[in-house]
Amino acid sequence: MDTQLDLWEVFVQGKSGGQFMHAGSVHASDKEMALKYARDLYTRRNEGSAIWVVLSNNIVSSAPEDAEMFFDPANDKIYRHPTFYTMPEGALQI
Amino acid sequence: MKLAELETNFERKIQAEEKIEPRDTMPEAYRLHLIRQISQHAHSEVIGMQPEGNWVSRAPSLRAKQILLAKIQDEGGHGLYLYSAAETLGISRDEMIRQLHEGKAKYSNIFNYPTLTWADIGAIGWLVDGAAIVNQVALQRTSFGPYSRAMFRICKEESFHQRQGYEIMATMMKGTAEQKEMAQDAMNRWWWPSLMMFGPHDGDSPHSGDAFKWKIKRKSNDELRQKFIDKTVQQAYVIGLAIPDPLLKWNEEKQGYDHGPIDWSEFKRVISGNGPCNRQRMEHHKHWHEEGRWVREAAEAYKTRISTLN
Repeated sequence: MDTQLDLWEVFVQGKSGGQFMHAGSVHASDKEMALKYARDLYTRRNEGSAIWVVLSNNIVSSAPEDAEMFFDPANDKIYRHPTFYTMPEGALQI
Repeated sequence: MKLAELETNFERKIQAEEKIEPRDTMPEAYRLHLIRQISQHAHSEVIGMQPEGNWVSRAPSLRAKQILLAKIQDEGGHGLYLYSAAETLGISRDEMIRQLHEGKAKYSNIFNYPTLTWADIGAIGWLVDGAAIVNQVALQRTSFGPYSRAMFRICKEESFHQRQGYEIMATMMKGTAEQKEMAQDAMNRWWWPSLMMFGPHDGDSPHSGDAFKWKIKRKSNDELRQKFIDKTVQQAYVIGLAIPDPLLKWNEEKQGYDHGPIDWSEFKRVISGNGPCNRQRMEHHKHWHEEGRWVREAAEAYKTRISTLN
């Protein structure tokens, strides 16, 4: 039985202070290897200032077919948006 | 949701130009079509490292050698992006490699041709990568999210490949008579196989119907081929290379070039395994896959050891 090693997901932070974005995945047997492979594969042209790697098996994700129900609690709370509120005429910087 | 609803959802997304993501419900035929296409694409990137690897130790300068190494590393990377995209459809990389070794999965026919001179490295970068870019830019709009994202990443990296190839050709065309002859010879050998990279004419393309319906494929083989010819001919003329097609001529009405007939018997001969390098390419891949087995096993053993220590 051959092996292609474990699957890891790679998240790259472009600029220091920015968000980490999913870049893709790599195969590696341990975390140091995953980190080095991720560097070689996803940041060959200075695309990154930091990298996270996580075993794909450890990621929990929502199911697309449940999206409607799953995100439902947000739908009827329009008062969470600033545009919901009526501001007095003439008030500045609000 | 019921299955029928989910399939309607798939159709709706396709119509709305939304991307299909790995966990979305999709027709089985869509999934299989993508696995076939993406794995073939991945294998092409990896097998494509071989003809170029042939010239690493004989590159004419340190600059040329560094560039060629960087390019080959990119191709390996492109293979990995694509294997990852295919894996999201539920096939393992191990299985894809097995299919390649058993001849069940193919790779691009173009890599069954040999790289005889340094000018071939120029021709591959300029023509072969040039043709690949035309194809891949169109695929950025493909309907499967992971494939589309891989295409964006690859296209960003490919333009260096094409420019380095064109630079090699341009440099040789400014050289000695012998160097010019070498460049023209490479042009003569790679032009037609490059046109064949786009696949059969639209009327003879067996997989196109579904691929268009599902928006996996966005432009037809002939459309893409035309695009490639139109931009490449001008580049050839700028550096003084002739196109090895006596019937090539500008068609004012369609604002594009007409070209002579493509020798599809040659295409069929090579794709069915009888090209100059088919055996060599596969044997090389199998050999080094086996040679690397102990590394993979050692890495797994290390992982086990570390986990018992923790």
